[in-house]
Amino acid sequence: MSRPDVVVTGLGATTPLGGDVASTWEAMLAGRSGVGPLTQEWAGQLPVRIAAELAVEPTEKLDRVKLRRLDRSEAIALIAAHEAWADSGLADAPPEPERIAVSVGSGIGGAQTLLAQDDILEASGPRRVSPHTVPMLMPNGPAAWVGLELGAQAGVHSVASACATGAEAIALGLDLIRAGRADVVLAGGTEAVIHPLPIAGFASMRAMSTRNDDPERASRPWDKGRDGFVLGEGAGAVVLERADHAAARGARVYARLAGAALTSDGYDIVQPHPEGRGVIRAINMAIADAGIARSDIVHVNAHATSTPVGDIAEIAALRTALGNHPVLTATKSMTGHLLGAAGALESIATILAIRDSVIPPTINLDDPDDALDLDVAAHKPRHMDVPAALNNGFGFGGHNAVLVFARV
Amino acid sequence: MTRDEITAGLAEILEEVAGVSPDDVAEEKSFTDDLDVDSLSMVEVVVAAEEKFGVKIPDNDVQNLKTVGDAVAYIEAQS
Repeated sequence: MSRPDVVVTGLGATTPLGGDVASTWEAMLAGRSGVGPLTQEWAGQLPVRIAAELAVEPTEKLDRVKLRRLDRSEAIALIAAHEAWADSGLADAPPEPERIAVSVGSGIGGAQTLLAQDDILEASGPRRVSPHTVPMLMPNGPAAWVGLELGAQAGVHSVASACATGAEAIALGLDLIRAGRADVVLAGGTEAVIHPLPIAGFASMRAMSTRNDDPERASRPWDKGRDGFVLGEGAGAVVLERADHAAARGARVYARLAGAALTSDGYDIVQPHPEGRGVIRAINMAIADAGIARSDIVHVNAHATSTPVGDIAEIAALRTALGNHPVLTATKSMTGHLLGAAGALESIATILAIRDSVIPPTINLDDPDDALDLDVAAHKPRHMDVPAALNNGFGFGGHNAVLVFARV
Repeated sequence: MTRDEITAGLAEILEEVAGVSPDDVAEEKSFTDDLDVDSLSMVEVVVAAEEKFGVKIPDNDVQNLKTVGDAVAYIEAQS
């Protein structure tokens, strides 16, 4: 049996740049930053007082009673999934439930619920702890809620690979369709941990930017002045569909998910391998999986989080694996780092770059690192034909996920 | 506290916890069959009612509170 092609037929997102895909994409092309000061009282004590908070609060999209049972990461996963599902046209003509799967992950899970309920436990005792606590904090919660609302019965999966989660969840969706286990997979990632504990934890690792007095310029991948990532929150979802299934219903197709690869560094729990060994293998394997020529990859939406070590390790790996020709961008310069949702949001940006023949800009790249010897769409979007592109996602733990999208 | 006052207090809790319209709350209504209050929300209702009315409702008694009227009578007997 020949391997089926898999296409993308729906997109959904809620991000620091906008409450849906269209507004997020418009803001990206305009080079807007979603980073701002944290004005909550608890932020005052923290070394990091900036973040990329959601542009549109979930309360504007979901009703109050429903939100009582949802961790913020679950609520925004549902919002992104609903948009993607409607966008695909499948909301109006749903497939057999037994052919629909879900692959939605989160890097950290329902930490806000865990911490809020712990506060209640300490202050008021165990009887006051919400009966919704466990389904709100469990890491499979976002996938499970999405599965419930879509009526998905071909399996609900929740990968967790830190900041590679969103990309890995999409790679798993590709595998599910290729393996014949589903015709349609709602895939993506979600994250909502703008809370003092996760921020303090990342800050203690010295992983975050402390450019507190200049939030919009804090996330600056590949710039000499970069001093760490900026935490963002949000969710992204894509509808993956067997190509002949999409064709049979006359679906609008954004792009083909041509290939994917997952590797692990086997090197360090948080540091990337200095020569990007695992990343190079993942890129090579993903291109081989896609069956396209290396020279066809003209664009890479890089992982590039604005950390001193990681940004340059990725450049070295890209140069080795692909050469000098692809045009890179780091959309985290605008969105901040959405951790488990990053790979999903950046896949959407990659797909839209292919559709619209335009690469979104990397803002704040004012003084490029001397080791940056590849072409970056700095400051302004780059208008060019994009027949095929890569999205990279890497995570603490040494996870590397690489996706290849191509025009149909 | 009168039965009507207790019913009104329960209606407030049911609206907050489960989104039940206060107009739908009456003594003969069943929590699960008429008002769509599921088991987890019922736990929230009980805890909120304990706080609001200053009563104790042990788990063993909760299963006997099928209707709003059952709960009103239970609370009235304790308060």
